Amino acid sequence: MRPRRLLHKVWLSLLTLPVLGFIFFPILWLVNASLSTQVELFAIPPHWIPQHPTFQNYLDIFFPSLAASSVPRTFAIALLNSIKIATAVTLICITIGSLAAYALVRIPFRFNRAIQIGILGTRMIPEVSLILPLFIVASSLQLINKPAVLIIAYMSFALPYAIWMMAAFFQTVPIELEDAARIDGCSRVGILRRIVMPIAVPGLISTAMFTFLLAWDEFFYALIFTSTLAAKTAPVAIAEFVGRYVVNITGMMAGGVLAALPPVILGLIFQRYIVSGMTAGAVKG
Amino acid sequence: MAAVPASLPRRRPSLRQQDARLAWLLIVPSLVVILGVTFWPILYTFILSFFNVPTGIHQVRTFVGLGNYLQMVKDRTFWETIGRTLHFTVVSVGLELVLGLAIAQLIHSRPWGWRFLRFSLIIPWAVPTIVNGAMWRWIYSADFGALNGILMQLGLIKHYIPWLTLPNLAMNLVIVADVWHMMPFVALILQSALATLPEELEEAAAVDGANALQRFWNIRLPMLRPAILVALIVRTVDAFRVFDIAYIITSGGPAFRTVTITYLTYLNSFAFGKQGIGAALSFLISIFSILMAFLFIRLLYRPEEVQ
Repeated sequence: MRPRRLLHKVWLSLLTLPVLGFIFFPILWLVNASLSTQVELFAIPPHWIPQHPTFQNYLDIFFPSLAASSVPRTFAIALLNSIKIATAVTLICITIGSLAAYALVRIPFRFNRAIQIGILGTRMIPEVSLILPLFIVASSLQLINKPAVLIIAYMSFALPYAIWMMAAFFQTVPIELEDAARIDGCSRVGILRRIVMPIAVPGLISTAMFTFLLAWDEFFYALIFTSTLAAKTAPVAIAEFVGRYVVNITGMMAGGVLAALPPVILGLIFQRYIVSGMTAGAVKG
Repeated sequence: MAAVPASLPRRRPSLRQQDARLAWLLIVPSLVVILGVTFWPILYTFILSFFNVPTGIHQVRTFVGLGNYLQMVKDRTFWETIGRTLHFTVVSVGLELVLGLAIAQLIHSRPWGWRFLRFSLIIPWAVPTIVNGAMWRWIYSADFGALNGILMQLGLIKHYIPWLTLPNLAMNLVIVADVWHMMPFVALILQSALATLPEELEEAAAVDGANALQRFWNIRLPMLRPAILVALIVRTVDAFRVFDIAYIITSGGPAFRTVTITYLTYLNSFAFGKQGIGAALSFLISIFSILMAFLFIRLLYRPEEVQ
């Protein structure tokens, strides 16, 4: 029996290898390529590990004023725009979304259920169906190429998502705790501030992480609404350079790796919450 | 303000009314934002779909009734695009479910390094869509791509091939990139669902002589159904409206072979100057998404009815 079990375990463990290969090969190749020179990248057959590794592509993005080509300068600004916009979206969603989520979960009132379903429904409306009216209004208000337009537009997917995710966390706060506080004379606002919010802090943090990831990942609105460096985000910068031929490809690869780092690091830190975030709204309301 | 029992002075609003008032106060900021950036625009899009909308915001719009919809369905490109979008949706979601379930099973059977495998799955999922697309575009590159590099070193090809210009292959190459990105999503959801399943049933079935395949098919799979449905619906809604990854890997080429329905909407609205057609197309995508949303809500609100 034991040797058979062991054999089974060895066989299963061998099966993980192709899966890990499929996951890691593309990403390791990208990182290696971003560490090579332009000349080495085009070597045939390819150098899987650069013979003359260089951090120049990364240094160029961190110190754009010293860079020779325009690629790292654009990336440096676009990454900063992405950070600003995603942070603003996250802060707004957490602030107004947590209040709404609490009311929907814990206070019975007319239309409560209807609003819940309406908000869940908006999660399903694609960006492409909202873009024309938003574009028409943004143009007439002179908001094109301003970070504000992206922050507002991103609310269309980030806010419903944040509300649903936080609602799921508020539901885990024991209602007995709130009842006890009310009997002791604590007001609703007091309950929200002193009892519910402190308990829901881990939930608020993981909701913030997911909202940040959604905003960081967004491409469609950013493509339509921004064309200058004033508001262009990292995905738009990548897309713009990828479409051209004779550019600094290894520089772009370094930009891509940097744009992937914040979400990957956040994802790995918050791995415990990822599945509940993925299925936000999948908790009975 | 202390809570007041409902039986005290009549003039003061009851606790319930106070509560309702507070609830509205808490909800109003979010509600205003959602009405402004979602409900109003979707209505406006619906209205625009009945007009001929020339480019330039100061041009006069003319009412054309169902004209945009008629023009849309008469166009062969539209039906070809629906076909391509279905190709992408069915193949990528199908692969993601099958591979995701297999990997979830693998993690669940606890091989050496299962924690590392579960941890690793987060990486492709977290990589931004555009970075993922650019990465695969470079992997498929005809000049320096890793795919050509491997095949050459294995002796399978003699010279580099421009993969993304091959008409029949392009969409499938985009699908591979999407599977790399989203298969972990399915695997992680199913793995966490597997972890919550009771083991007694399968043990009892094993005692009664059911083999591993029978146990999987007749016991485990039915119990996993709610989780599989959630993954299936979320992925289908997303895949049907795919745009970013096709835009970045192939720019719709070669010869429109990777233009999906959202891509066609984008082209009509922002490249061809046919915003009315764009509105009609995007409304169609919404209808599909909302139908899926309806299914989603029914499924999640009354899981017992969906059996």
